[in-house]
Amino acid sequence: MTTDISSHVISCHCYCLPFDDIDTDQIIPGQFLTTTQREGLGAFCFHSWRHDESGSALDEHPLTEFDNSRHQVLVAGRNFGCGSSREHAPWALLDMGVRAVISSRFADIFFNNALKNGLLPITLDEAVVEFLHQHPHHPVKIDIQSRSIEIEGHGSFEFPLDPFAAHCIIEGIDQMDFILQQDALIRQHEERRPG
Amino acid sequence: MGQTLFEKIWDAHLVRPAGSAEGDGAPAIIYIDLHLIHEVTSPQAFTELESRGLPVRRPDLCLATIDHSTPTLPAGADGKRPYITEAARVQVETVQENCAKHGIELHGWDSPNRGIVHVMGPELGATQPGMTIVCGDSHTSTHGAFGALAFGIGTTEVGHVLATQCLLQNKPKTLGIQVEGELAEGVTAKDVILHIIGAIGVDGGTGYVIEYFGSAIRGLDMEGRMTLCNMSIECGARAGMVAPDEKTYAWLKGRSHAPKDEAWDRAVERWRQLPTDADARFDRLVEIRAEDIEPSITWGTNPGMVIGISENIPDRHDPAATDAQSYMHLKPGQQLQGEKVDVVFIGSCTNSRISDLRAAAGVMRGRKVADGTRVLVVPGSEIIRREAEAEGLHQVFIDAGAEWRLAGCSMCLAMNGDMAQAGELVVSTSNRNFKGRQGRGARTVLASPLTAAASAVTGRVTDPRSLAGEVQ
Repeated sequence: MTTDISSHVISCHCYCLPFDDIDTDQIIPGQFLTTTQREGLGAFCFHSWRHDESGSALDEHPLTEFDNSRHQVLVAGRNFGCGSSREHAPWALLDMGVRAVISSRFADIFFNNALKNGLLPITLDEAVVEFLHQHPHHPVKIDIQSRSIEIEGHGSFEFPLDPFAAHCIIEGIDQMDFILQQDALIRQHEERRPG
Repeated sequence: MGQTLFEKIWDAHLVRPAGSAEGDGAPAIIYIDLHLIHEVTSPQAFTELESRGLPVRRPDLCLATIDHSTPTLPAGADGKRPYITEAARVQVETVQENCAKHGIELHGWDSPNRGIVHVMGPELGATQPGMTIVCGDSHTSTHGAFGALAFGIGTTEVGHVLATQCLLQNKPKTLGIQVEGELAEGVTAKDVILHIIGAIGVDGGTGYVIEYFGSAIRGLDMEGRMTLCNMSIECGARAGMVAPDEKTYAWLKGRSHAPKDEAWDRAVERWRQLPTDADARFDRLVEIRAEDIEPSITWGTNPGMVIGISENIPDRHDPAATDAQSYMHLKPGQQLQGEKVDVVFIGSCTNSRISDLRAAAGVMRGRKVADGTRVLVVPGSEIIRREAEAEGLHQVFIDAGAEWRLAGCSMCLAMNGDMAQAGELVVSTSNRNFKGRQGRGARTVLASPLTAAASAVTGRVTDPRSLAGEVQ
């Protein structure tokens, strides 16, 4: 696993969670939302998958072999991140060591929340996702700059990424600052709003 | 070509159009008229503003409540509220401190108006046609019932709105969902939206803003339209909307945050221009026949796994269905009607309004909750609680053997401690049946208040139409 921040390349092995409709309640259950911080949620990521009803850690679960020194990319089924708007979901994934998620389709709010935190949501054709599910722990190389993923022995694929979001990640542009800089336009709008 | 309701609101709120590919390529910047705030998704956003030394740009356009982490049992003799954890108490205190500091109107424990954020906003008349409304909560789509563009955002975006009153937004596509005809007896707005999600799928609305229209939608009252729009997110849609009409104006008139006198007349004049033009086009159109809808329930672990109550669960053997059937302790092709019910939850931003409580009380009046079934009735707001108590609805529930609680989100997401036990079957009027949402191992069946109430008195998943005389 190598991560070259300056060139925005992630080289690592994939970790497969081949289930459709993984909702944000699975990613981070409601009981952990009483925090007032962003940090420290990784320990609770997929908590109910990893623990039994009494809270004891399970030996066997879908993340048994997940190792964040090796896996930084999750490969999920379709409609990853559906459900609630909790940004705790990407916070928890990042805190667990995940830097990108691959799915054939993402839920809208999760997609936005992920990008805002630098967690890459990578949309690929179902056939490509299926290939990765058939080849667990497959090595990949993701290049944010060229918005492409190289799947060893299978090919290179471009993925859609809002160019502005990519630009913000690469250049480290802060979106709140970007909006604040539009103050003159915001004021103009406020003047013409109906009272 | 004419414009849709969504396009009219979008255009009227454009602060800066999307940048060209040659330019900065930034998404459009839109202005937000109303920012709803609650304790769970706001603390990190306020912290972000603090760390940057930024003020809240328009505290006058914010409205806050406490609802998710709050206990629904009253304070004890010592005056202490029975929070599930110390963290929950701290979270509630944090939003109170943040709102006090920034001059934001908050309806906390001391307010007679406190309620679930998506119940309280409309109830106070803060939700109005033509507005852009956001909240760090996916069920913000509820407010679309008033002809507003309303959607859920994450905490980073909550920070953006606090600091700038604006959001960067890619323009969604439009999906028209036309429901023509008359709803059969016992079929409610909840059944309509469950049926729609079942028809288009749990991600069938992704990338779209939905406008619901047609004679069956016109026929719904405002509470029903809120229930309908509330669950738009459950098919992945960014927002759901219904064009405003006379019912909308009548419902809003006189509410504390609604315009008054001449300002009201001017507002209604503006609102009348909002409905979709006759020659406007949706990017996609789905047609549903009202007469095809029966009381609807979910059988699986996402809100798209829906059947009519008289139907058997699908005879599916694909991995998703098998996994859901296994979690739900159900077999492919079996009936769900008649399954033993352990818990009934009547509440949530989907179905906790006065008409929902009246419907449930109508079924439960003079009846008893079945042995072995626990029933929790949680009003959506303190205003609704008082209204229900004035009508004696609470007594109907209590006499039947149900628990009558203080307003809050409660067992919808079970983060305040109101929850079901592992293996229990819950018939719930809420919006999500995800694994473990209502308690570890709890099996959720989403349903209307009528179906929930009928199931409460029989102790089995029950078609409300089978209980004679009670369905108004």
